[in-house]
Amino acid sequence: MNLRLRTPFSAAVAIAIGLIVLVSLLFPDFTDLRNRILNWAILLAAVALLLGFANLFQVHFQKMRHGEKPVYSLILLAGMLVTFIITFWEGSQGFTASWIFNSIQLPIETSLMAVLAISLTIAAARLFQQRKDLMSIVFLVTLFVLLLSSGPLFGIELPLFTRTIGPYVNNFLSVGALRGLLIGVSIGTLATGLRILLGADRPYGG
Amino acid sequence: MNLSDLQWIGLCLALILLFSVWGKNNPRRALRSIPAFVQLRRTIELSVEDGSRLQISLGRGGVLGPESAAAFAGLTLLRQVAEIAADSDQPPIATTGDGAIMLLAQDTLRSSYQRLGISDQYHLRLAQATGLTPFSYAAGALPFILDRRVSASALAGSFGEEAGLLTAATQLSGGFSLGGSENLSGQSILFASADQPLIGEEIFATGAYMDAGPIHQASLRAQDVLRWSVILLLIITSLLPLFEGLP
Repeated sequence: MNLRLRTPFSAAVAIAIGLIVLVSLLFPDFTDLRNRILNWAILLAAVALLLGFANLFQVHFQKMRHGEKPVYSLILLAGMLVTFIITFWEGSQGFTASWIFNSIQLPIETSLMAVLAISLTIAAARLFQQRKDLMSIVFLVTLFVLLLSSGPLFGIELPLFTRTIGPYVNNFLSVGALRGLLIGVSIGTLATGLRILLGADRPYGG
Repeated sequence: MNLSDLQWIGLCLALILLFSVWGKNNPRRALRSIPAFVQLRRTIELSVEDGSRLQISLGRGGVLGPESAAAFAGLTLLRQVAEIAADSDQPPIATTGDGAIMLLAQDTLRSSYQRLGISDQYHLRLAQATGLTPFSYAAGALPFILDRRVSASALAGSFGEEAGLLTAATQLSGGFSLGGSENLSGQSILFASADQPLIGEEIFATGAYMDAGPIHQASLRAQDVLRWSVILLLIITSLLPLFEGLP
């Protein structure tokens, strides 16, 4: 099937499905149809996850074949296969599958989190060198204030920060800022959804 | 869903349609300058000239939740970057942490290559799922960023704390990093660590600033009108109690 035929067809399917889901929110008669479509979507997302797994496998298999840091790819492929087979065999709550998750996956991700903490501290220190603007100053001052207000530092408590400024920043300023950001994000999300519904934005490659 | 939700959707739709009609009559209306997009455009042009690669990170958001909108904005960026740089020595590469977004990224690149008439140069490795959990995704994407041929990394999608690892790697390799996420913790990390962060709804302006079409510009103007309407409503409703006692 060539692109000229495929593009209007996929756009028509996407728009029709989007309209059905939107209309079902107005008319309860369409609820069953909406649930069925959403179940299909969940199923397809699960299949896509498997395809993501297959893609990762293929990429590292090719890397291994071409000798691009083959040891890392070999370890990854072996880990993937062993985990997949064990989890497939005894389920995600099985003893070995849980052990793999708790003793390998979790510590590795926690280590990456620790690396992240260090790299973010360096990034915050470099921020003012990179961007000398008002927002950077506000960011660094807020960071400093929250650090001082987070608790006794070296055994010294600063009541002005821990009891007055810190709670004020946390409970009023940051909540207001978060709501402002969320309003912007939700309007952007709504506009993106409508563009897709209009067929003007086609993330499916049309 | 109550009537007010519907009214918001209807208002947004009406504004998008209104601004798209108005935009046809006033095609030269300028958008306010966002430094991140100005620098990204410059970097894309430079990368085509010097034969370096652009890396687009689409995050780990799927297609089933509200985080999908940010991933779709990332796909729009990918399409626009691919249309400019696909036939360069080092074509742009996309990484994601979700299977469905990986398929959409492959489809987006495939159609861009078809439009440019260079389908024979397209291959599936141009869009990869590098890991399926947040930190495994970041760990899998790091080798692409640390590759010396990469001159810029654009993070456009749903990111959490793992965004810090990607921007730190970009800084290490001497490249330019741009980052936007719909996730609030991701946004705060990108603000501190990316060369050019996209704050709040700026990620949804990607299409308008990367010339993805008049509907994107119309959509951005509709977003601006809605946002200012909400701000005015908030101010009015917070001031109303002050005037309650007046005759």
